[in-house]
Amino acid sequence: MAAPTMNNAPGATGQPPKTTTLGKALNMGLRAAMERDPKVIVMGEDVGKLGGVFRITDGLQKDFGEQRVLDTPLSESGIIGAAIGLAIRGFRPVAEIQFDGFIFPGFDQIVSQLAKLHYRTQGRVKVPIVVRVPFGGGIGAVEHHSESPESYFAHTAGLRVVSCSNPVDAYWMIQQAIDCDDPVLFFEPKARYYEKAELDTSLVPEPLFASRVLRRGSTATLATYGPSVKTCLAAATAAAEDGLDLEVIDLRTLSPLDLGPVFDSVRRTGRLVMVTEAPSESSISSEVIAQVQKECFYSLEAPVLRVTGFDTPYPPSKLEEEFLPDLDRVLHAVDQSLSW
Amino acid sequence: MSSPDFWTQPPGTPPDASNEVAPAATAARPTAEQVIAGLRATTEGGADLVQLLTPEGERVHHPEFDIDITAEEIRGLYRDMVLVRRADREGNALQRQGQLGIWVPLLGQEAAQIGAGRAMRPTDMAFPSYREHGVAWCRGIDPTEIMGMWRGTDHGSWDPQEKRFHPYTIVIGNQCLNAAGYAMGQKFEGKVGDDDGEATICFFGDGATSQGDVHEAMVWGAVYDAPLVFYCQNNQWAISEPLERQTRVPLYQRALGYGFRGIRVDGNDVLATLAVSRWALDEARHGNGPVLIEAFTYRMDSHTTSDDATRYRHSDELEAWKLKDPIERVRVYLIKQQLADQDFFDGVQAEADELAARLREHTMNLPDPGPERIFSNVYAEEPATLRSQREEYQAYLSGFADSTAGGGH
Ligand SMILES: Cc1ncc(C[n+]2csc(CCOP(=O)(O)OP(=O)(O)O)c2C)c(N)n1
Ligand SMILES: [Mg+2]
Repeated sequence: MAAPTMNNAPGATGQPPKTTTLGKALNMGLRAAMERDPKVIVMGEDVGKLGGVFRITDGLQKDFGEQRVLDTPLSESGIIGAAIGLAIRGFRPVAEIQFDGFIFPGFDQIVSQLAKLHYRTQGRVKVPIVVRVPFGGGIGAVEHHSESPESYFAHTAGLRVVSCSNPVDAYWMIQQAIDCDDPVLFFEPKARYYEKAELDTSLVPEPLFASRVLRRGSTATLATYGPSVKTCLAAATAAAEDGLDLEVIDLRTLSPLDLGPVFDSVRRTGRLVMVTEAPSESSISSEVIAQVQKECFYSLEAPVLRVTGFDTPYPPSKLEEEFLPDLDRVLHAVDQSLSW
Repeated sequence: MSSPDFWTQPPGTPPDASNEVAPAATAARPTAEQVIAGLRATTEGGADLVQLLTPEGERVHHPEFDIDITAEEIRGLYRDMVLVRRADREGNALQRQGQLGIWVPLLGQEAAQIGAGRAMRPTDMAFPSYREHGVAWCRGIDPTEIMGMWRGTDHGSWDPQEKRFHPYTIVIGNQCLNAAGYAMGQKFEGKVGDDDGEATICFFGDGATSQGDVHEAMVWGAVYDAPLVFYCQNNQWAISEPLERQTRVPLYQRALGYGFRGIRVDGNDVLATLAVSRWALDEARHGNGPVLIEAFTYRMDSHTTSDDATRYRHSDELEAWKLKDPIERVRVYLIKQQLADQDFFDGVQAEADELAARLREHTMNLPDPGPERIFSNVYAEEPATLRSQREEYQAYLSGFADSTAGGGH
């Protein structure tokens, strides 16, 4: 996938552009944040000596020591709960949840404490924690390793929720999330960890809480995030061969949503298809639709359609190609929208 | 379980035999470093380790947990361990050859699992984690039935009610609370209290002991006097994290804090794991549960086929544990005591090869599930919303079937 374009202003600490994977870009971003601020610490299961099961924290413990990169006990409630305490004490913890399906033992701490402390203390207590979550399917994994739980968190006031889709965003967004004074749930598309792009660290990044148009088009709009961005870009490329000109928007921020670019787009194209791996019921896609039908009511030529994971548990992995939105299902929805 | 010092001793020890008093709170305590060194120092398991067969194949006796066992039974345990190891190695090989998405090896934990599995009665219930292929074997689950989960064709294929073996649980610790509830149910239904009683056993790892669910399960099991055996396979590692990332006390000692007994058994000694598990399950079925068993063992392979243990642990550790191999010591014992001849060993080997071949054949021919499986059994009764989603997807798929272009794109 091509690197999305960035603003072209030079930064201070840049290195020559290098082809980098999404996973490596996260590693570089974490490293940069840790170098900048001694209060940034990384914690989670197997993040130290092993460098994480996806090696996102590779080498960090070796370089920053065991007090800044913690191989924690095996307890997610502990990881989040203790991170909250550390944050209250002035640290900026970056907590890794090993896989999407394992965030739930920490759910209580996230929803009851992390999300609400700022509100309850009238802003006196800040909890600038980043919870990194490798999410999504497509890796042939066993149960609980392929889920898309982001809607639970977007549903919770007080949490910010973002997802990166490419190496350039990964590098910047993780640093911006660490800089953010609110708690950020940071969803990493694990099936895309090995996607490559040219990373120029001297460029000035996009803001964190902004969606972005990745491809301009006039026929219909695809809105998506995380792992499905690649699918949508591929669908747009395929559609172009059939003379269809699709616009693709990477939402990037799921809470708060930044739907301005989506509204603008839909006002031009009149058609929107929302694509997510997460099931559709009561989800981020539901929210996008609610807002779009209100803001773009007179522009819509067809109802907003969705291509999502089904409203079922994640199936055995031999079925995941059926479960996950793919190019065909996306284009089918586009056809439906166009012939509505 | 009336007096507190009962909890700290093996059963049958007369109360006044204990002159050991806990050190005064003001007594000098070891430093954290010393405690960790103590946890790490031994691959032996320490003085409290219950052992009946040494790594050298010598039969030793234990005052509380001895076992009456026939030569035939020992040969049976040997056969069990050889067969599950062979199935395990075949699973590993199948993954390496791309036939499985992942394999979770039990290598090194055969005695810990076979001892516990063979201690169970048909009416007892087990709640495994994800590595308990040996226990599954003892529950009458054919190794072929385990493969679908790792190949991605199902989420577990056996009938948990019929086999009294719950589906594998991957979310660390969850199953322990489920086991506590099941055991409470056994008790509420009057199935506990005499020799015909039922019991439940739940399996989890050393890493799992850090999870809230495991702690809560111990609280619940204790408070309801549930007929529950907590069976912790301490294989020394939770992926890359050594035991001292989880605890500052030997795990079996944690039981004291919950108000029940904890026993550390040599997890590589199948006679000891069988004896201790039998005793613990019997205690539970008689209404004297729960009990915590720490089976002191070693994960001889990587965590899974996705893991590379050489990144975080030294090979000399593995070499030290190889000398304590759970199968080898039984073989040596059988030979030295002349309880088995070469024909027996050859026979078991042939059986193992046959099993491996059958497992391979089965796995490679496992049919992929059809798309309808995605939607089936989400609910006892399918809601209209899900039905229309399913029908819409089926219509979409049949659109492909109709079009010769295969969907066009
Ligand atoms: C709640 C949860 N968090 C994290 C994981 C990822 N994970 C799988 S196995 C494992 C280590 C388990 O160690 P232990 O309990 O000692 O069992 P072992 O695998 O050694 O048998 C981890 C962290 C998980 N499965 N569930
Ligand atoms: Mg372990």
